[in-house]
Amino acid sequence: MKKRSKRLLLVLTLLTGIGVTITLVVTAFNENMLFFYSPSDVKAQKAPTDRSFRIGGLVEEGSLVREDDGLTVHFVVTDNAERVPVVYTGILPDLFREGQGVVAQGRLSPDGRFIADQVLAKHDETYMPPEVAEALERAKAQQSGNAAQVMEVAQ
Amino acid sequence: MRVFTKEFWFQFASPKTFYPFAGRLIPWFAGAALLLTVVGLYLGFFVAPVDYQQGNSYRIMFIHVPAAWMSMFIYVVMCVYAALGLVLNTRLSDMMAAALAPTGAMFTFLALWTGALWGRPTWGTYWVWDARLTSELILLFLYLGYMALRAAIDDPRRASRASGLLALVGVVNVPIIYFSVQWWNTLHQGASVSLTSAPTMAMTMFTAMLVMTFAFWAYAIAVALYRVRLIILERERHARWVVELAEQER
Repeated sequence: MKKRSKRLLLVLTLLTGIGVTITLVVTAFNENMLFFYSPSDVKAQKAPTDRSFRIGGLVEEGSLVREDDGLTVHFVVTDNAERVPVVYTGILPDLFREGQGVVAQGRLSPDGRFIADQVLAKHDETYMPPEVAEALERAKAQQSGNAAQVMEVAQ
Repeated sequence: MRVFTKEFWFQFASPKTFYPFAGRLIPWFAGAALLLTVVGLYLGFFVAPVDYQQGNSYRIMFIHVPAAWMSMFIYVVMCVYAALGLVLNTRLSDMMAAALAPTGAMFTFLALWTGALWGRPTWGTYWVWDARLTSELILLFLYLGYMALRAAIDDPRRASRASGLLALVGVVNVPIIYFSVQWWNTLHQGASVSLTSAPTMAMTMFTAMLVMTFAFWAYAIAVALYRVRLIILERERHARWVVELAEQER
């Protein structure tokens, strides 16, 4: 074997070895790499009860309630399967909206509510001008035959 | 044809031939970088529409996304050069790898910095330890480690072998960065642009981002060639053609 091919073999072996190692490590730690738990995880009692963790999902439409102090908010995080009520006192990020993604850090209280001490907004990878978003809404409403919604969006 | 012969391509592996060749290319890439940046920023800041969710703050994307792409892409290119250098023992490959590292580190830093500035108004935080952000930070450390290791070893041949191996080990981080948003729950959103599906953004936004990407490409090439010329002169200072060149300049 020529010296050059020997070195090539060495580099390839090295790369394969590292690749395999990383794959195994990543698979083994997969569970711990989660940035947040979903409401289904929480209901299935996969989330820790003794320490703080993050919960992620969508803010349920119509679930946002503000208390009179103007800072405390109640809302429900859902993954369209399970729902977890969340209480948070503090300033919400700009992108916090009903129907939008959210990640909250905090603990589960015994009564099943999630007491958050930080709320982060999660947005998706879709970017478009507002007119297009409206047009899409309208098309969706038309498809479902919901005339009332069409009127609402058009106004 | 001359282009298809081994000799034609191998001549560029010689520092002596590559030095003037790189010198001729630099002004073209530098000019292209300037022009494309002006056009790209104009498209991004004045032509592209506001976003339906984020309003104007999404516009930092036109720097953030191309910078993040470049940070990963330059690392892969650097590794290819490092591997070529290790296998074929070509000095120029190693010099190219060394010339790319600072630019890659700069783009990584830019991606992290603009990401923090974007995260604050949209997510509500500058930084979170999610898989995407953490793996990109590791990429910055890999670049810095590569440069530090090179600088720490005096013998250039040993320096290139050690740092080349480090670069190769680190390349596994690149797919981890890229796929982190699919493999794990992250705060960072998924990719808007991929090879397999249409971009999930308005066409003018996509065009602006693409123009900025080409601008960064041209910039990276121009700067890397400029830097590799300096490295060639430094490394080959005892070669006759360098000595002659220095005498001509005097």
